[in-house]
Amino acid sequence: MKKNTKILASLILAAVFLGLLIFIDNSSLKNSMLSTCLQKGAIYALVAVSMNLLNGFTGLFSLGQAGFMLIGAYTYGILTIPVTSRGSVYQYFDGGLVQFSIPVIPAIILAGIMAACFAALIGLPVLKLKSDYLAIATLGFAEIIRALIQWKQIAPLTNGSNMLRAFPTYDTILFPFIISAICIAIIVLLIRSSYGRAFKAIREDEIAAEAMGVNLFKHKMMSFVISSFFAGIGGALLAMFQASVQAKAFTSAMTYEILLIVVIGGIGSITGSIIASFLFVGCMEWWLRFLDEVHYIGDFKVPFLRTGFRMVVFSIVIMIIVLFWRKGIMGNKEFSWDAIAKFFKDPFGLVSKKKKKGEVK
Amino acid sequence: MANTVLSIENITVQFGGVVAVNNLSMHVDEGEIVSLIGPNGAGKTTAFNAITGVYQATNGRVSFNDRVILESHPTGKMRKLYAGENADLYHKIIKNTPDKIAKLGMGRTFQNIRLFKELSVLDNVLIAKHMRLKGNLFTDTFMINYKEEKKIRQECLELLKIVDLYDLRDEVASSLPYGKQRHLEIARALATDPSLLLLDEPAAGMNPQETEELTALIRKLRDDFKLTVLLIEHHMNLVMDISDRIYVIDFGKLISTGTPDMVQKDQRVIDAYLGVAEDE
Ligand SMILES: Nc1ncnc2c1ncn2[C@@H]1O[C@H](COP(=O)(O)OP(=O)(O)OP(=O)(O)O)[C@@H](O)[C@H]1O
Ligand SMILES: [Mg+2]
Repeated sequence: MKKNTKILASLILAAVFLGLLIFIDNSSLKNSMLSTCLQKGAIYALVAVSMNLLNGFTGLFSLGQAGFMLIGAYTYGILTIPVTSRGSVYQYFDGGLVQFSIPVIPAIILAGIMAACFAALIGLPVLKLKSDYLAIATLGFAEIIRALIQWKQIAPLTNGSNMLRAFPTYDTILFPFIISAICIAIIVLLIRSSYGRAFKAIREDEIAAEAMGVNLFKHKMMSFVISSFFAGIGGALLAMFQASVQAKAFTSAMTYEILLIVVIGGIGSITGSIIASFLFVGCMEWWLRFLDEVHYIGDFKVPFLRTGFRMVVFSIVIMIIVLFWRKGIMGNKEFSWDAIAKFFKDPFGLVSKKKKKGEVK
Repeated sequence: MANTVLSIENITVQFGGVVAVNNLSMHVDEGEIVSLIGPNGAGKTTAFNAITGVYQATNGRVSFNDRVILESHPTGKMRKLYAGENADLYHKIIKNTPDKIAKLGMGRTFQNIRLFKELSVLDNVLIAKHMRLKGNLFTDTFMINYKEEKKIRQECLELLKIVDLYDLRDEVASSLPYGKQRHLEIARALATDPSLLLLDEPAAGMNPQETEELTALIRKLRDDFKLTVLLIEHHMNLVMDISDRIYVIDFGKLISTGTPDMVQKDQRVIDAYLGVAEDE
């Protein structure tokens, strides 16, 4: 396909999607399940892509995504609750310690920076060791930070185990999409840059990368800190989406959800992570909901359907994907119009298979 | 007299109780092609790894362009275990990670090919240029230094032409045939802008014709890039043809050194190789 055609196709696709969002935003659909799934999908897409940067492109296995999101969400919440509302939010702590509030955008950026700082603190001792230790350290960090935030001694800052609320949220559902899109675009640019190549070199072969002059510690640190930065921003967006945050929701189950999205989408594929995010959120929140409810067909009570059955089905789906589709939806490839065109000309590679057979003869 | 590029003094590398390299001393002068040979398991690759910082030598000193890049003596548990010589000669510990040594101008290839398998041929070479870029994370991500990127791309494509991989530049490295992969290893090492090139069995698995072409290529690279070359190789035709000087080691110890003619006639070398000559 010609380059211009591809660009045109991408622009049309983006415009249609944008049009759809604007339509939803201005219609009664705004509070529908569709809208909820789209917003949450956009936020999860950012977090999944940030995790993919580390796990898929740098080959470092980290399990701290929920912890960094938690830091992002709390940083955003603590810094933006209007001074007038602080009395009611921090009702047990005399209005809390922080007695100012800052605008939304700087707060989102600070949420990222705060998560990045924590990542640097963890990375400093751990990234000098063998890569395996990072998974353990980040998992431990995520558990500790969740407990720490609810600790009584710092409750005037974090509101302890009570929720943070009343901070500014967004009015248009376009907001999480725009922030996510900008962040993902930056990650894509990074991956395509010389630093991105160095990250991939580390993933492929650490010893060779080092022999070619790639400083392992420095580049692992960069990837880890940047990944956490964007996870922090994802956390801030999640806080805005939910309109309240509570530390106890950021469990390691959340990290596993993100990890699943990365695996389903394809480790090392950005578009895979994005597509998988929307599919995952759609399934979890919406399409598989009916499995949790008791249904009758006439007088017949459909068996198995009850609360929790959704998770059973979901686990089976995941197992099937992992068993039969090990590389995920996209493998490590990216979405491309060429692939789409090829698919429509020759679905399932029937024609080209025949050709190959012919060549052998 | 030519400058000494690489000087190795009394290097011993000991793994637990195994002395892989035993009190090895050698030097390589500017513009020379020097070979390090010896039977299988003699300790050649281990010596390379000690020079390039992959392993820390147990004892000894390595200087590169008049700068000490490694100095070591037995410490800790090794103090009791040490089975080499000259244990009291060195008192400092100087170590450098492989990336620092690469940056100083030492490029290398690997015996058991270590390409970035899933990446394209061109990307493999581009990665070696990364450390030479002047841009930083920010300018690089936002393509502010796109001119520099363009320049290194051009340089890498030129390198690929030299090793005859230009037409395969967009292929995935692991899809290349074996001989081509060895060529790519050389191109990648060259992209680090080395003054000293270390080649670990570059002709392994090649047929006689390919080996001959490789001999010519190594010479050409030495001349065109003003390189100094240290070579490990089992193909004796190549070694005898190309080397200015040869070092022979057996069981980690230097057993002979000199010009190809001198080494070939040395009875100790013949003895060391006899066992190997049978099965080769
Ligand atoms: N990391 C290691 N740990 C323990 N022993 C090692 C290690 N690396 C090498 N050795 C041992 O050191 C000795 C020398 O190995 P080395 O690979 O340097 O030989 P070589 O001369 O390169 O042989 P070849 O011609 O087969 O490549 C061998 O006995 C090997 O088993
Ligand atoms: Mg070897």
